[in-house]
Amino acid sequence: MTVLGFMAPALVGIGVFFLYPLLSAVYFSFTRFDLLAAPEWVGWRNYAYLFAHDPLAVKAALNTLWLVAVLVPVRMLAALGTALLLTWVRRGGGFFRTVFYLPALAPPVAATIAFVFLFNPATGPVNGFLGWLGVEGPLWFDSPEWAKPSLVLLGTWAVGDLMVIFLAALLAVPRHLYEAAEIDGAGRWQRFRHVTLPAMAPVLLFAAVTGVIQTLQYFTQAAVAASVASGQATTGGGISSTFGYPEEATLTYPLHLYVSGFRYYDMGYANALAVVLFVVAFAVTLVLLRRFREFVGSER
Amino acid sequence: MTATLTRPTAPPETVRTRRDPWLVWVARYSIPIAVAVIFIAPFGFVVLTAFMTSEQALTSDLWPSSWHPENFVDIFTKLPMLDYLLNSMMYALMATGFMLLSSIPAAYALAKLRWRGSRAVFVVVICMMMLPPQVVTVPLYLMWANAGLTGTLWPLIIPMLFGDAFSIFLLRQFLLTIPDDYRDAARIDGCSEWQVLLRVILPLARPAVAAVAIFQFFYAWNDFYGPLLYTSENQESWTLSIALSQFKHLHHVEWNLVMAASLLVMAPVIIMFFFAQKAFIQGVTLTGVKG
Repeated sequence: MTVLGFMAPALVGIGVFFLYPLLSAVYFSFTRFDLLAAPEWVGWRNYAYLFAHDPLAVKAALNTLWLVAVLVPVRMLAALGTALLLTWVRRGGGFFRTVFYLPALAPPVAATIAFVFLFNPATGPVNGFLGWLGVEGPLWFDSPEWAKPSLVLLGTWAVGDLMVIFLAALLAVPRHLYEAAEIDGAGRWQRFRHVTLPAMAPVLLFAAVTGVIQTLQYFTQAAVAASVASGQATTGGGISSTFGYPEEATLTYPLHLYVSGFRYYDMGYANALAVVLFVVAFAVTLVLLRRFREFVGSER
Repeated sequence: MTATLTRPTAPPETVRTRRDPWLVWVARYSIPIAVAVIFIAPFGFVVLTAFMTSEQALTSDLWPSSWHPENFVDIFTKLPMLDYLLNSMMYALMATGFMLLSSIPAAYALAKLRWRGSRAVFVVVICMMMLPPQVVTVPLYLMWANAGLTGTLWPLIIPMLFGDAFSIFLLRQFLLTIPDDYRDAARIDGCSEWQVLLRVILPLARPAVAAVAIFQFFYAWNDFYGPLLYTSENQESWTLSIALSQFKHLHHVEWNLVMAASLLVMAPVIIMFFFAQKAFIQGVTLTGVKG
């Protein structure tokens, strides 16, 4: 009974705000439903449309996969690099840690707007600096080729949270391991390769999995960057009318889901997109759950 | 905290390094200094642009030819920024308070009580934490539409009364590190399980509680997806995030005002960080490693 007293609100939450909507998403994905009429059962039709007849869904999935393949490793490398730099800095370490961390605090909407402004092809300081170096800067957020790399730069700027996690892991590596390696004649790189990396492996795995999951949900920065860079006045469709600018280059999978559901009110199809996202995200989560003990610590 | 940054592999510090004049320090630390400049520069440009005239903000000038602090007043008079600020505050504060009420007991039950099914519930909590929110967006939206609450921020606040998966996870991880001896001693003294939690465990868990509270506040303050989903049609319920994303459209291209408004949105987060830096960094660390 005591347990129930402690757990009751959370158990209600799990049921009402997670399991029930999850099951109804699966149900709605087999229907045609536009909010006006009652849902109509259409079998696999939404899924057939998704995989065979919706080039935008393919485009959106490829954009998201591109971000997973580039943003996640780039952020991990940047986090590891800055964390190593912090272990190397002895005087003023606290100052550098705060400065490196600060961008991670900037609210994503504000940070994205600032980046679109800084990377403005004509008047932004970034291209100004490149021009001073004699390089002609790209169109950044206005170019289909450079829009996603620009988002990667934005994500790398805000790498602080990951850096702090890596820093803690680096500092937790037992000192005697380094001393033993040094006695055995290991150089700087060898110590990193054979002591640091193996000791950090669980943290790196965790960071990779959560990074992939976060990137599968990538929404805010892509939505805001497209809206601000396009410079179009919003019409009846609201902010979603600019999603994907330029040329669908920043249309991520969750953005496509949002447009399908809340711009075209195609709730059945949006749920089919959601179920596919669930399957992919769940498969990634399983990697963590299989290492349950390592991940969540001692079991009761 | 600075002391913990000493590198394990570093050779023993010699006396000489301490007497380095600052120019030598700059030379030695040129790489971290360069990285620091890159990290801090965007903030600098935002601040400088926020003080420009709207005409100058459209040019490639970096330094304001004249300073216009009245831009920070203009964002409140040209747009109902104060309303958006209050909406953001309401969302962030209520979500944080509700989350603490519901998640602390749940985390305690998962970490410290023995009961059948606790492991299964915990796995579900992890799944809730990991799965993209977009998966359940449409059914949840329909639910809140039936309740007549779309167009308000309540669909984002009310669920916090029923536990937040990430906070439950983080608090549980921390509670596991508190030895059971404390609880056993309190029980022998005749405390009920609730008294154990409130009088014994909670004071010990203060850093973790502070961390999840800060995270929840920041999450709500920064949230864009939730308010966009539920309030984009009803401007009266907009939060700062939504207003900021629409600012440029609502007000032509007054980049100086957009940057001033961006600073307004960033300020509370950064101020809170400097007041609670230790709890915050500890909390971030707790999210990345096993308990």
